[in-house]
Amino acid sequence: MSPRASNVALTVVQLRYQLKIFWRTPVAAFFTLVLPLVMLVLFNALFGGGSVDTGQGEWPVRQFYTGALAAFAAVSATYTNLANTVPILRDEGILKRWRGTPLPPSVYVAGMVAMGVVVALIGVVVLLGIGVVAYDLELDAAKMPAAFVTFVVGVAAFAAMGMACAAVVPNARSAPAVANATILPLAFISNVFTPLEDPPGWLDAVGDFFPLKPFVTAFQDTLHPLTDAPAFAWGRLGWVALWGVAGAIVSVKKFRWEPSAEGASPRRRRRTPAS
Amino acid sequence: MPVIEIANLVKRYGELTAVNGVSLEINEGEVFALLGPNGAGKSTVVEILEGHRDRTSGDVSVLGLDPGKAGAEYRDQIGIVLQSSGIEDELSVLEALDVYGASYSTRRDPMEVLELVGLADRAQDRVSQLSGGQQRRIDLALGIIGTPKVLFLDEPTTGFDPSARRQSWELIDGLRDLGTTILLTTHYMDEAQHLADRVGVIVGGEIAVIGTPAELMDATGDTVVRFQVPHGANTDGLRPLGAVVEGIAVSCRTATPTKTLHELTSWALAQGVELFDLTVSRPSLEDVYLQLAVSDAQPSPAPDMPETRGQQ
Ligand SMILES: Nc1ncnc2c1ncn2[C@@H]1O[C@H](COP(=O)(O)OP(=O)(O)OP(=O)(O)O)[C@@H](O)[C@H]1O
Ligand SMILES: [Mg+2]
Repeated sequence: MSPRASNVALTVVQLRYQLKIFWRTPVAAFFTLVLPLVMLVLFNALFGGGSVDTGQGEWPVRQFYTGALAAFAAVSATYTNLANTVPILRDEGILKRWRGTPLPPSVYVAGMVAMGVVVALIGVVVLLGIGVVAYDLELDAAKMPAAFVTFVVGVAAFAAMGMACAAVVPNARSAPAVANATILPLAFISNVFTPLEDPPGWLDAVGDFFPLKPFVTAFQDTLHPLTDAPAFAWGRLGWVALWGVAGAIVSVKKFRWEPSAEGASPRRRRRTPAS
Repeated sequence: MPVIEIANLVKRYGELTAVNGVSLEINEGEVFALLGPNGAGKSTVVEILEGHRDRTSGDVSVLGLDPGKAGAEYRDQIGIVLQSSGIEDELSVLEALDVYGASYSTRRDPMEVLELVGLADRAQDRVSQLSGGQQRRIDLALGIIGTPKVLFLDEPTTGFDPSARRQSWELIDGLRDLGTTILLTTHYMDEAQHLADRVGVIVGGEIAVIGTPAELMDATGDTVVRFQVPHGANTDGLRPLGAVVEGIAVSCRTATPTKTLHELTSWALAQGVELFDLTVSRPSLEDVYLQLAVSDAQPSPAPDMPETRGQQ
């Protein structure tokens, strides 16, 4: 009897297969990677002419959008992706099947989260690449450590919040509604879809309270030509991290492996022959 | 030596008592079949043993461990085929076996396992491309990929065509020969009769009867006479003789077969009808089962309609 594989090795196996599954699900790949790209091209064609000042000084709108949508892609790949995927896996009985194997639950979750993070990284690299090539975005090497740290804190926090959302939604059918209802309205007041110049005070306060705007603006600051290197926005990152910790606590406390009684999907029933 | 020990197991879902004081011991290398009508509590018992559900009260031990508290070391030694659960559709059959098998210390070769369940030629196909019965065979493959010491099979052959069922019987017989302890539930009496060393019938959350198939069948000492009459024959005279007439099929359960046969053949001669397909046999497991299960005022079990969520 050989010893069981190490948790690190098992996490790598999980990550490899989760990525495989992600790429073989065209809808997921479209919404997380292609959609931000389409939005970038579209927003720039529509509003990309001028410049904008969202607090750090004037910079071209097209560069603003590059940073905004790169950050948003990272959030889609983690928060939205996990909040949608995990309840489906749960209702189809796939989580329950995994629970019956010797794979430690933490390794399974780590594999899922790592998948989201890798997809987020791809999204950010692609969008920033397009920004550099097509929209004169200049990446300042001195601010790249801050960009990287902001990315890491952001994806970790939003992945944790995605797992928390997955843990509390009753079933897979309500998951997309909850995930979108939580993230899309925020995107409008968080410097993602529209630059906010002098928003009303209360809107500013709401945006600052929820984690999306602190993350997006912290990330944008690392790309902004007028910020001083190293451009770490520690305050906002700390706030995002706090949300992440809250998300992690909720997911650990509320995570379920069993399909919800009312949420069993047609696919699950399909496995027993129709009567 | 008992590998599975259950003592006074009780499980309540809110008001409903699904399992009501079940006690059971299953020995090493034994194949034990749990029978019972829909909703009798079979899956509940099995899933408590698998560590999927907690129990309200009672003692449970498998391989010396409490499944309610056990972790990876326990799951490394057991194999599970749930009554219904999904697989990642996007993976190929071989990939599914590879990723699900990765965490076992004694993992079998995935191709070998696919050979055993008759899916070797589908190894490269996506799970979603397989038929329902073929997907069920993947469930079976995933149940044995870790070379389990104890295997739990919750209606493993539901949806199988007859030859796939025979093949899985061979597979299970092979596992028995290797010393695997197997707890299976089924609605197919021929399956229980073929596979099980012992059978337990659970009705309304309680064990109604337990024993080897032969013991159960012999318990009554009765004999069953069966035959068919021609279409349109007047069967009125059969009922007073204790016969049950269903269309042209007649069966008669009796403790005095010589006398009964004499009466039946006399009736046939008087009527001028032939008794086609005449057999005299002891009651099948199904006869015994139906008597137990039906007397509990449950709707009679429908072998081809396993649990769907609708009946909860
Ligand atoms: N999660 C649950 N919540 C509430 N009640 C449940 C739950 N699971 C099972 N039950 C109830 O417990 C009883 C036993 O169910 P169980 O699934 O153990 O039956 P079973 O013998 O496996 O039936 P079948 O042959 O249909 O698979 C049923 O009345 C069922 O409705
Ligand atoms: Mg069941």
